[in-house]
Amino acid sequence: MKKIILALITFSLFSFITLNGDGDKIPAATLKKLDGSKVNSASFSNNGKPIIISFWATWCKPCKKELDAIAESYPEWVKETGVKLIAISIDDSRSSGKVVTDVKTKGWEYEIYIDENQDFKRAMNVNNVPHTFIVDGTGKIVWSHNSYADGDEDKLYENIQSLIKGEKLKH
Amino acid sequence: MKFCKTLRRSAVYLPLLTVTFIKAQNSTTDMGSIHGNFQIDAQYYQADSLIGAPKVPEKFLSNAFGNINYTRGNFSAGVRYEAYNNVRQGFDTRYKGQGITNRFARYRTDLLDVTVGNIYEQFGSGLMLRTYYEPGLLYDNSLDGIRVISSPVKGVTLKGLVGKQRFFFTTGPGIVRGGDAEVNVNELFDSVLGKKKTKVILGGSFVSKYQTDIDPNLNLPENVATYGGRVNIIREGFNFSTEYAYKMNDPSFDNHYSYKNGEALFASLSYATNGLSFMVQGKRVDNMSFRSDRDASLQSLLINYLPATTRPHTYSMLALNPYATQLRGEVGGMVEVQYKFKKNTAIGGKYGAEITVNYSQANGLRQIPVGDSTTAMTFYKTSYGDIGDNYYHDFNIEFSKKFSKKWKGTAVYSNQFYNRNIVQFGAANEGYESLKSDIVVLDLTYKYRPSSSLRLEVQGLFARNQNMITNSNLVGKGNWGTMLLEWSPNGNWFVALFDQYNYGNPDKAARVHYYLGTFGYNKDAHRIAVSYGKQSAGIFCVGGVCRVVPASNGLTLSITSSF
Repeated sequence: MKKIILALITFSLFSFITLNGDGDKIPAATLKKLDGSKVNSASFSNNGKPIIISFWATWCKPCKKELDAIAESYPEWVKETGVKLIAISIDDSRSSGKVVTDVKTKGWEYEIYIDENQDFKRAMNVNNVPHTFIVDGTGKIVWSHNSYADGDEDKLYENIQSLIKGEKLKH
Repeated sequence: MKFCKTLRRSAVYLPLLTVTFIKAQNSTTDMGSIHGNFQIDAQYYQADSLIGAPKVPEKFLSNAFGNINYTRGNFSAGVRYEAYNNVRQGFDTRYKGQGITNRFARYRTDLLDVTVGNIYEQFGSGLMLRTYYEPGLLYDNSLDGIRVISSPVKGVTLKGLVGKQRFFFTTGPGIVRGGDAEVNVNELFDSVLGKKKTKVILGGSFVSKYQTDIDPNLNLPENVATYGGRVNIIREGFNFSTEYAYKMNDPSFDNHYSYKNGEALFASLSYATNGLSFMVQGKRVDNMSFRSDRDASLQSLLINYLPATTRPHTYSMLALNPYATQLRGEVGGMVEVQYKFKKNTAIGGKYGAEITVNYSQANGLRQIPVGDSTTAMTFYKTSYGDIGDNYYHDFNIEFSKKFSKKWKGTAVYSNQFYNRNIVQFGAANEGYESLKSDIVVLDLTYKYRPSSSLRLEVQGLFARNQNMITNSNLVGKGNWGTMLLEWSPNGNWFVALFDQYNYGNPDKAARVHYYLGTFGYNKDAHRIAVSYGKQSAGIFCVGGVCRVVPASNGLTLSITSSF
């Protein structure tokens, strides 16, 4: 009996995952803007166009590599697809002062928020940085990826283009 | 009886099954969603007397956790299960066994946001309260209790909480109570100040702990309060923030049961414009360890967080001797300048280049002994102008440049001073020599195809003083060389070979190579990595992801996944 119940539970959990997988709304968490005001992550929107959410930290080399790589073609991406990138820094109070100096020095044109005590990171189930999500025009999370390897930004953009065309995303 | 038990269990799981069933019929988001993540780090250990790796009786140890969160509209709830069978080497052995270590339910609206269960919260920069979770370090000081957050009018946030802190698989003895108010002046007076360029945010916190006094000799305070305030002023490129916290007398293991008051001051000023930024930070901490059990030590039951004002490094040689804030007392600061050389300039070349110059220093406080009848129990006093011994300094320059579509590189030079007695062993008279070192790092990436790359790191740590006392600790013995070669043939696979060579160890027999080979696979939000060898503690960035890792040796398997 116990075994059957366990099996059922396991099965139900997995059916959840497969049913659910992607396609849920952005969970609510309070984030800090660079001007000190607060924003609820559930209110992220981009006029029906896709959003990229990228978790990073000022001490994370691969994260900055990824955001630098995207920055090179970001104006084109925006022009072609209307996509918006939201960069979420998980720096704690030791290094959160460095978020604004890093962003400005690099000249990143992203929307930047600080997740100082990592409430949003936990709500989004992020284990390690970098971790990147794609949110579709209706506000649903449809894709996510952990880590960065050179060239990943091209795949990310291919997915944005597929999303715009209504095609299936590559995993 | 057995049937009853099963029935009871089924009752627990029934809601879950029901939710699934309904979910299966209706796959819109109305029924809410379930997401989670898990991670396992397992290791097979080998004894190695040469590098001081002990024999592990279990041979195989593992740390694992899984989170499952349910969200529906304004409601969310979650549980975390952790398992240590047994806990890996390098962690507190009081993490033993397995169980549910975190569960919460939360209902949030702007007016009222209530959480019951395990709470993560931070007031201001954390000088008075921060509860936080970092699985890589097994750091979890969550408050098990209740928290209410309210924003009655735009621009005002009020928080209140009460609970007990997590202590391994139970909670600590003390009760923590706290309140925090934050006012965004511009938002509060939106019609008058909303459009002003200068933004002002004010905040104040009060945190108190209660623990019974059963000490036969001392009359210990059962209630200990901390309070303080903060200001953040932002105008165009400028950002100034400061916070001050004061703690009433709190005799504890950390301060050798001194009745002295504690205080902490943190300030930061930055200026940033396109391509150039400047930042200066300063901090003074005196007797500011604040725990919900006065007898606790190490990472246990810390209520507050005192951020270090030194640069967090990720290259292994730069991070070999990392600094952490000395809770008993320190004064320190950091200055950083960053500049981006524009494209099509002499230094910037075709793609631009970046330079960061950073200097940080930390010193102790000069403690002047006191002993008259009213102050005897406080042991010492300090003053703001009086600076004590040098604990740490780090001067570093980092230069990064993309040379062509295929090549990019980073070079770092750092000069470090590390007071081993204080930082590593916690007392001035431990008999170790301070480490003075020069460190050089070269990091080159060759992207030979659009999604294929090779990365090479060459690092050297050159200790100026070779005749240090050696001990079984594996850090800081003379000169070190490090090499890392990482190959990412496509976005999914990666292979990394890492070697740390302690070639300058005064003990010739201990001049060993610490090899580490890592092989891994990433797909979507899943990652599997297998490593064989030994690695030092720190933030370890390999395979395109950064993780907090403890020192280890042997065969390691690491799986992380989010869904």
